Amino acid sequence: MTALLEVEALSVHFPHVSGVWPRRRRQTLRAVERVSLTMQEGETLALVGESGSGKSTFGSVVAGLRRPTAGSVRFRGRPLGGAAERAIQIVFQDPFSALDPRMPVSDLIAEPLVIRRAGTRTERRARAAALVEQVGLPADALNRYPHEFSGGQRQRIAIARALAPDPALIVADEPLSALDVSVQSQILNLLKSIQERRALGYLFISHDLGVVHHLADRVAVLYLGRLVEIAPASDLFARPSHPYTQALLEAVPRIGGGRRRGRVLKSEMPSPLDPPPGCVFHPRCPKAQAICRSEPPALAPAPGRPFQLAACHFKD
Amino acid sequence: MAGFILRRVLQTFLVLLVMSFVIYGLIGLMPGDPLDTMLASVPNVTPDVIAHLKQIYGLDQPLMGRYWHWLVAALHGDLGYSRTHSQPVLTVLAPALLQTCKLMLASFVVSVALSLALGVIAALRPGGAVDAGISLFAFAGLSVPVFWLALVMILLFAVRLHWLPASGMGDIGGGGLADQVRHLAMPVATLALATAGGFTRYVRAAMIETMRMDFVRTARAKGAGETRVLLRHALRNALIPVVTVMALSFGTLFSGALVTETMFAQYGMGKMIYDSILGNDYNLALAGLLFATLITLLSNLAADLAYAWLDPRIALR
Repeated sequence: MTALLEVEALSVHFPHVSGVWPRRRRQTLRAVERVSLTMQEGETLALVGESGSGKSTFGSVVAGLRRPTAGSVRFRGRPLGGAAERAIQIVFQDPFSALDPRMPVSDLIAEPLVIRRAGTRTERRARAAALVEQVGLPADALNRYPHEFSGGQRQRIAIARALAPDPALIVADEPLSALDVSVQSQILNLLKSIQERRALGYLFISHDLGVVHHLADRVAVLYLGRLVEIAPASDLFARPSHPYTQALLEAVPRIGGGRRRGRVLKSEMPSPLDPPPGCVFHPRCPKAQAICRSEPPALAPAPGRPFQLAACHFKD
Repeated sequence: MAGFILRRVLQTFLVLLVMSFVIYGLIGLMPGDPLDTMLASVPNVTPDVIAHLKQIYGLDQPLMGRYWHWLVAALHGDLGYSRTHSQPVLTVLAPALLQTCKLMLASFVVSVALSLALGVIAALRPGGAVDAGISLFAFAGLSVPVFWLALVMILLFAVRLHWLPASGMGDIGGGGLADQVRHLAMPVATLALATAGGFTRYVRAAMIETMRMDFVRTARAKGAGETRVLLRHALRNALIPVVTVMALSFGTLFSGALVTETMFAQYGMGKMIYDSILGNDYNLALAGLLFATLITLLSNLAADLAYAWLDPRIALR
């Protein structure tokens, strides 16, 4: 069986120009660096990492919004574009700005169909009505405009819009982080129930490990544009292999557990304009040795766990 | 919507009423009166004659009383008699108003179309060579004086190339549409280029701002082509602030029109108001200024209606 999504050595670089002549500098910002991963049909893969780790850039390439500098993305065995574009949809972080304020909800949802000339006007309207109901909005929402809705309701509209072309994969780029906590769980449950009804894969981009734990089948951890660990969610949360993943998990605050003496990472993430040599994590890593400063580690299974891959010379 | 328009029309009349009093008062405060101008060329009048004339014209009465007489007459459709033209005010005013409306509307349409196209193209790649070229054009339009632009045009198109008439509103014996268009072409181009510069800057800025918004990214994610993204999503949202600027500048087109009309010897509102004030022609100046006010008010009303069309968040109540 072909995988839903195969990403092969994907790199995204941006030209970065700073300063004013004659001190102008041209550098390359390596937002995503040689990331490979696969997703199966109906799977939820969570992409986690700090701000600036390249999660969203990766997601926008998968959604076809940005061209990669190198590497390939294959959807059901075929390169992106054409039919794949319809089958991969994206939900953005901020529902307040992601919806065109000038369009009523019915037009917002039906626009992907209008663009592809799918169905007649009445059919599209019926589809919009069905989707509005599916995401739990009242039927009269169709004729209203985005500004008349709350954040959670707007995210429901954005989800209905993404579902309109009947996709097989939804890239959800931090779909909860702009919402109130109480609303977050509603949207999370909505995403889960939609997945149960359709064979739908989620590439779920998030920095909220609690949400990821709740939703994801597998988790991929990005650091400075590199994939440092990828594993089934249960394994990763039970026994993180990469020191960075360990530090991330220990940073999650828990109720009732008291203040744990977790290893708090030193300093900030280095600039992606000037990544450290060897393993990019070594300046902040508690386990760093001489080899880490010179030799970039390859992604390989953790000892005794064939499905848990980590890029570390000293993985657990 | 209908209620909104009705209320705004009533407001417009109220503003006109207040403005008529203010303008009447200002003209009354000007040094000299019609009789001074009239009598300057007649050396042998006696004070009795002057007093008698003042009584005939009502100039011996206090300002408030004179204003009241004017207002009552004006409300009955009588705007008085133009002293300098020796004709009823409306007879003088109507052709001038028509001429100015032609000039202003045509140049407004041209400058809006030009600035929308240029602004959108410039915003496609901010900082690129095309953007730099369009910005240069925009700043040239903003900073070149209208009278100079008019002279250059006359020199080029009338004197050198003999394509267009240098001035006037129509050839003798002409008067057809083609003749009018030929005479209007240069004034319209001059005024349009002068206003398009500023408009282009506004359109460009608003488009760059809107193109960065998330819903533009959403439109791309829906699979919308670049034309659809630009025109359906970005431009319609970018237009909201632009419409304000364009509508407000419609009033200032009047002052631009004055210079243009003078340069091309077109008898329009600008020239008419200017002459009537210098000639102490109270009635004509008052009517001219009031119509200028009316046009500004109506353009603002049009802007409000345009908002409601552009932005569903604005409900007209």
